[in-house]
Amino acid sequence: MKPPRFRYFAADSTAHAVELLGEYGDEAKLLAGGQSVVPLLNFRLVAPAVLIDINRITELDHVRVDGITTRVGALVRQRTIERDQELRRRGPMLTETVGLIGHVAIRNRGTVGGALAHADPAGEWPALGLLLGACFRIVGPRGRRTVPVDEFFRGFLTTAIEPDELLEEVELRLPSPGAGHAFVEVARRHGDFALVGVGAVVELDSRCRIAHIAIALIGVASTAVRAGDAERVLRGELPSTELVKSAAEAAAAGLDPVDDIHASGTYRRRIAGVLTRRALYTALARAGWERRDVA
Amino acid sequence: MSRDDEAQEIALDVNGTKRCAVAEPRTTLADFLRDHLGLTGTHLGCEHGVCGACTVLLDSHSVRSCLLFAVQTEGATVTTIEGLSEVNAELHPIQQAFSAQHGLQCGFCTPGFIVSVAELLAEDPDPSESTIQSWLSGNLCRCTGYQNIVKAVRTAAELTHPKAGPGRG
Ligand SMILES: Cc1cc2nc3c(=O)[nH]c(=O)nc-3n(C[C@H](O)[C@H](O)[C@H](O)COP(=O)(O)OP(=O)(O)OC[C@H]3O[C@@H](n4cnc5c(N)ncnc54)[C@H](O)[C@@H]3O)c2cc1C
Ligand code: FES
Ligand code: FES
Repeated sequence: MKPPRFRYFAADSTAHAVELLGEYGDEAKLLAGGQSVVPLLNFRLVAPAVLIDINRITELDHVRVDGITTRVGALVRQRTIERDQELRRRGPMLTETVGLIGHVAIRNRGTVGGALAHADPAGEWPALGLLLGACFRIVGPRGRRTVPVDEFFRGFLTTAIEPDELLEEVELRLPSPGAGHAFVEVARRHGDFALVGVGAVVELDSRCRIAHIAIALIGVASTAVRAGDAERVLRGELPSTELVKSAAEAAAAGLDPVDDIHASGTYRRRIAGVLTRRALYTALARAGWERRDVA
Repeated sequence: MSRDDEAQEIALDVNGTKRCAVAEPRTTLADFLRDHLGLTGTHLGCEHGVCGACTVLLDSHSVRSCLLFAVQTEGATVTTIEGLSEVNAELHPIQQAFSAQHGLQCGFCTPGFIVSVAELLAEDPDPSESTIQSWLSGNLCRCTGYQNIVKAVRTAAELTHPKAGPGRG
């Protein structure tokens, strides 16, 4: 299929994009990597009167690692994250997880800001946002504001970004050097959107107790979700296979995924438990836990 | 100035030649190459980013030409399958390898595969079988079967970089 007619503007700076957003607001859509919005246009599922191309805004294309915070510009391509040596050295959580997104040609174009603004419930970036305490810097005709991650994802493909606003940058707190992480998923084919995915970050204290835990799931609700019940099972405890099992059960019990053409809700809940267990084992091992018993 | 939803002139470098044509903003790069520039080697399968038949190089990186508008490529450098070897000249080593290993049958998916492989070998001249498999996950072939395609990539690596040893797995 072919896209409907639209008016096209290429913004050359953030200020220019904001000006265009101010002028066309609701009628306009931003065009970043185009890997989500162009399929929608080609299918004519969306038909904005105006497309504002932000690909030439170089000020949105930066990665700044500063102590524990990392600031990623909205226009940074997935492939740039994947190949960034500094990020790989800082602990390869972003490197590995971003590598799960689609295929090379998709990651060459797709942007961090586009993936977060699109907020696909099976996308990896919303889960990374939840796991890494993201803060979103948003700009629009009414000025700049910062939105923390727990207020950002509002529902299916919906975020706190208003139609006339632009996401400039996301600030992430990468896991500390001793932490362990994992991101595991089940997909029909390599590079497909995950049916279900689970990410985890774990830190152990000097007595080997779980000092920090974050678990996020994708593909099980209208947005990516934190597994609060599972985290409560784990926090402050000494890891064991029994504990991991209870946490995985708690994660799955809190879910009520719907059936769709890709999988039934029952199946999704089941693999959510299995993947939570696998993610926790990998993350715990990377955090230094030596597993003695056999599951 | 023309209205911003009307056809406008777009100039870019395609396969080493400066090309210029008039197209509406909604014209995808794939349609621009095929219908406006007559370069029909870039194929269209799904038109939503899944099959990889339309893969071209944009400033040396593989992209889906069905998910990019021609207006966005103003001033850019695009390489299509036609740019890999001259008409009536010897085939590009990747094309030779696909031919030698029976890496194509109907050939519909082949331009996309070959362009993706060109980027792979530029980045990793000696890719392992698993690297090849995951790299090509974004290209679908409905008739040859992937075994011969993976073999063709290994052969292409050996042809382009004689040091890439055979049989790495
Ligand atoms: C074959 C295929 C496989 C894929 N597989 C995966 C996968 O496994 N996992 C995954 O997560 N994704 C996957 N994707 C989607 C891909 O990651 C997209 O690139 C991403 O979701 C959107 O990023 P984009 O830069 O392409 O955004 P666009 O498509 O350009 O934009 C998406 C939406 O976000 C808005 N937007 C973009 N940038 C901004 C901004 N800075 N501020 C405000 N709004 C903005 C746009 O207006 C639009 O509504 C796949 C895509 C394809 C085609
Ligand atoms: S036609 Fe572009 S990916 Fe299928
Ligand atoms: S050769 Fe026929 S689809 Fe690949």
